Amino acid sequence: MVAGFEQQEAAVLRGLVSQMEDMLKARADEAPRDELSELTGIKAGPSTAPDDPVLARLLPDFHRIDPDQPTQEELDSAAALRSLHEPELLDAKLEVAEVVMETLAPRGGEVRLSIEQADAWLSALNDVRLALGTALDVSDEMPDELPEDDPRSAHLGVYHWLTYLQESLVQAMAG
Amino acid sequence: MPAADEQTQAEPLSDELGAADRPWQTVVWNDPVNLMSYVTYVFQKLFGYSHDHATKLMLDVHHKGKAIVSSGSKDKVEGDVSRLHTAGLWATMQQAS
Repeated sequence: MVAGFEQQEAAVLRGLVSQMEDMLKARADEAPRDELSELTGIKAGPSTAPDDPVLARLLPDFHRIDPDQPTQEELDSAAALRSLHEPELLDAKLEVAEVVMETLAPRGGEVRLSIEQADAWLSALNDVRLALGTALDVSDEMPDELPEDDPRSAHLGVYHWLTYLQESLVQAMAG
Repeated sequence: MPAADEQTQAEPLSDELGAADRPWQTVVWNDPVNLMSYVTYVFQKLFGYSHDHATKLMLDVHHKGKAIVSSGSKDKVEGDVSRLHTAGLWATMQQAS
């Protein structure tokens, strides 16, 4: 898999990926520490969803709980499953993000990817689009361009560029 | 009196087993960010579904708002949801009613 990046494109993508890495690492640092997990190396994550909507989208709950009629059983189960699985999910997202940072030079240029690396790029691009899409409050009815006075206008262009990148990569992988 | 004890416990116990026996389901929900092509690709890659089956499930997610993409034991479905989260899809698990 080969792709070319302008310096400015590389800077934008690396900037977004590294911001997302910072958010994920900050979340990982919030995880409770205890002696048992230090001994076993098995990490327990937090049991509640992140308040931040971007992080909450990247790290979803295991159950969809009706906010009007939550059952205690579901709430307990969602908390337990998050605590169990969130550390590995954070690790996986940080790992694919790191593949992008390692294979995309700050000055841009040609990027050559193995199938495995291309899969990592696909996940990382999707994560960055989820993060930016959530921050921009993207909806199904979102127009291609926003009015110039909308503060999200410039960022939406970046979002559409990421969409184009990911779409091209999916087509290359699936084809 | 052990026999009588077993007798009185038999019914609620079998009801509970009934609930525990109901299979679990992996649900994927529509969201405005994930690309149709990517969602199809993920279903094929994670579950080994044919392109046609993966496309049908993706279209269900897109048009109906959700689709059940796999089912089975709690452990299996928990693993499926976990892998879908890694791929960035909005997935949850529920017990079949």
